Amino acid sequence: MSTGTPGGFWGPDETGHFVSGDVQWGGRFMPEALIAELDELTAVWTDAMADPEFLDEFARLLREYAGVPSLLYEATRLSEHAGARILLKREDLNHTGAHKIRNVLGQALLAKRMGKTRLIAETGAGQHGVATATAAAYLGLECAVYMGKVDTERQALNVARMNLLGAEVIAVDSGSMTLKDAINEAIRDWVASVEHTAYCFGTAAGPHPFPAMVRDFCRGIGDEARVQVLEQFGALPDIVTACVGGGSNAIGMFTAFLDDADVRIVGFEAGGDGVETPRHAATIHAGEVGVLHGARTYVLQDEDGQTIESHSISAGLDYPGVGPQHSQLAHLGRADYQPVTDAEAMDALALLARTEGIICAIESAHAVAGSLRLAAENPGATILINLSGRGDKDMGTAIEWFGLASSDVDPGETPGGAR
Amino acid sequence: MTASSTAAFATARAEGRAALVGYLPAGFPDVPGSIEAMKTMVDAGCDVIEIGLPYSDPVMDGPTIQAAAQQALEGGVRTQDVLRAVEAVAATGTPTLIMTYWNPVERYGVERFARDLANAGGAGLITPDLTPDSGGAWIAAADAHDLDKVFLVAPSSTDARLEMTTRACRGFVYATAVMGVTGARASTSDLAGPLVARTKATVAGWGGDLPVGVGLGVSNGDQAAEVAGYADAVIVGSAFVRPLLDAGSDRAAGLAALRALTEDLARGVRAG
Ligand SMILES: Cc1ncc(COP(=O)(O)O)c(C=O)c1O
Repeated sequence: MSTGTPGGFWGPDETGHFVSGDVQWGGRFMPEALIAELDELTAVWTDAMADPEFLDEFARLLREYAGVPSLLYEATRLSEHAGARILLKREDLNHTGAHKIRNVLGQALLAKRMGKTRLIAETGAGQHGVATATAAAYLGLECAVYMGKVDTERQALNVARMNLLGAEVIAVDSGSMTLKDAINEAIRDWVASVEHTAYCFGTAAGPHPFPAMVRDFCRGIGDEARVQVLEQFGALPDIVTACVGGGSNAIGMFTAFLDDADVRIVGFEAGGDGVETPRHAATIHAGEVGVLHGARTYVLQDEDGQTIESHSISAGLDYPGVGPQHSQLAHLGRADYQPVTDAEAMDALALLARTEGIICAIESAHAVAGSLRLAAENPGATILINLSGRGDKDMGTAIEWFGLASSDVDPGETPGGAR
Repeated sequence: MTASSTAAFATARAEGRAALVGYLPAGFPDVPGSIEAMKTMVDAGCDVIEIGLPYSDPVMDGPTIQAAAQQALEGGVRTQDVLRAVEAVAATGTPTLIMTYWNPVERYGVERFARDLANAGGAGLITPDLTPDSGGAWIAAADAHDLDKVFLVAPSSTDARLEMTTRACRGFVYATAVMGVTGARASTSDLAGPLVARTKATVAGWGGDLPVGVGLGVSNGDQAAEVAGYADAVIVGSAFVRPLLDAGSDRAAGLAALRALTEDLARGVRAG
């Protein structure tokens, strides 16, 4: 097996498809008006990835501006609690607070290379929007961010950050008023503005080349972690995990390990109120093959192919589709994908805070929660978790969930005593 | 007998005018209401009808069509209802196509969709987010069932893509005259004329004979006349939805406004 570069075993092929058996995942189901631009973007990206100057500039920005490589941290107290060795890839420590900055810096540099003057983005949790607004400020580009109205409310802090960074935040009140509708609205903007505007897509989904391009800009997560884990612990982890919304942090982590046949790969989707209820975002677990936002992938949809609204306590996972390569990996059986409920994620968030002094994003807490489950099933295993982001943005939700506004509440048992 | 839209374009051409193609989503304001509205459009001068199959994530549509589609979906419209609407409208003898995003077709089953559309008397399908290079399955099914395949071209289409797309079309080719989503516009686009000219030159270049329809933004007879000056068909969508949205529960008022608008547009395509 070769590594995950275009044309390699994992794909995509020339037409942007990730193949598994007789299914061609991904592709490009998009209006003709955008096809020329997607072709152009594919060409510019391919060219840039072979240009040492571009790669140096990208690496320099990541290092000097974004604080990458992020640390690999052994969470000893959490490990004790879990009964397995838990390693955290600390993407929460990156500039702007999540893995998203990697993808955004890559795409913003491409936008500059293409002579664009304006960046647009969709955002769920606001992390991608903040990262895009940050890159736009850094490079002197105009910026507009589409965000579902529901999400502007539950991630108000990030709305303020984007505004402060000089971006226009447009609250989207169509459909479910969450991430999927923000993507719809950003595509509508792009059809009309494509001449001078780059669509800085926030996850490894959408039409070709986005799934592969976003993956390749994020794959430093796994590439770094693989080196770090070998250096620090002398062996590969038994299991590698991440949360999966559209799938950028997960594919960024997984790619380095795809060819390591002994490493188990597990993605955690938002189980919301539970996959037995209609309120969840467990797309791979409960969805069916379809086309959403330009790609063939698993989709939460009804009998007629209408998208079903997803639900998750975390805005960043609240998406009824998923990046096409995750569908491929699931279909091939190379990775498996499991749901984690809101309650499990919030318990894990509190546990990580109490045991390690790390408040992670609710998205990332899904990966922690799922990994705790895996730890119980695999005592003594080494589990590498991508801690994709920090939780500052989620304090409003946490206050409400844990009732933190009053002084006498304890958000979960405190495991163990002093360190 | 084929239900293709080709005959309607030939008739218009013989009369020395452009054809008027009208769009409404099925199920808006409800299924019987949409059928009645489309029959009114036929009666008042539409040469071809496009029935929208509402989709939850219509990325090429502006607020007007989004609102209508959302209302239709909230009303519970199903793919089967859309096929029934096709049957009712096609029974008037006016060529009737479905226009929809790809996922509902794939979900229904591509071959089954083509078969049921043909059985309903439908002329074919317009696919705003399916280009011929991604549309192999649809092209095969449409050909097997003798259906029109209407793909879109845009001002941004390269010459190579214009040729690839027009070669894959049957019935007509849909030229999106503006870079943007659907919605009535105050003035017609200055990108439309050059796009139609390029498209016609491309078709002539490969020795084809394919009518070019222009859509996106036309809302009155004067604009229709302007577009009819260079295009084979004037395609109108949002403007037909608007009077029905505005009339709300006063269905009679909505239909009267729809009829007046259709007559104005029908005059326009004859004045071009
Ligand atoms: C911290 C964090 N993790 C994960 C995600 C989910 O996105 P993805 O699945 O693309 O990594 C988000 C999205 O906003 C996020 O902010």
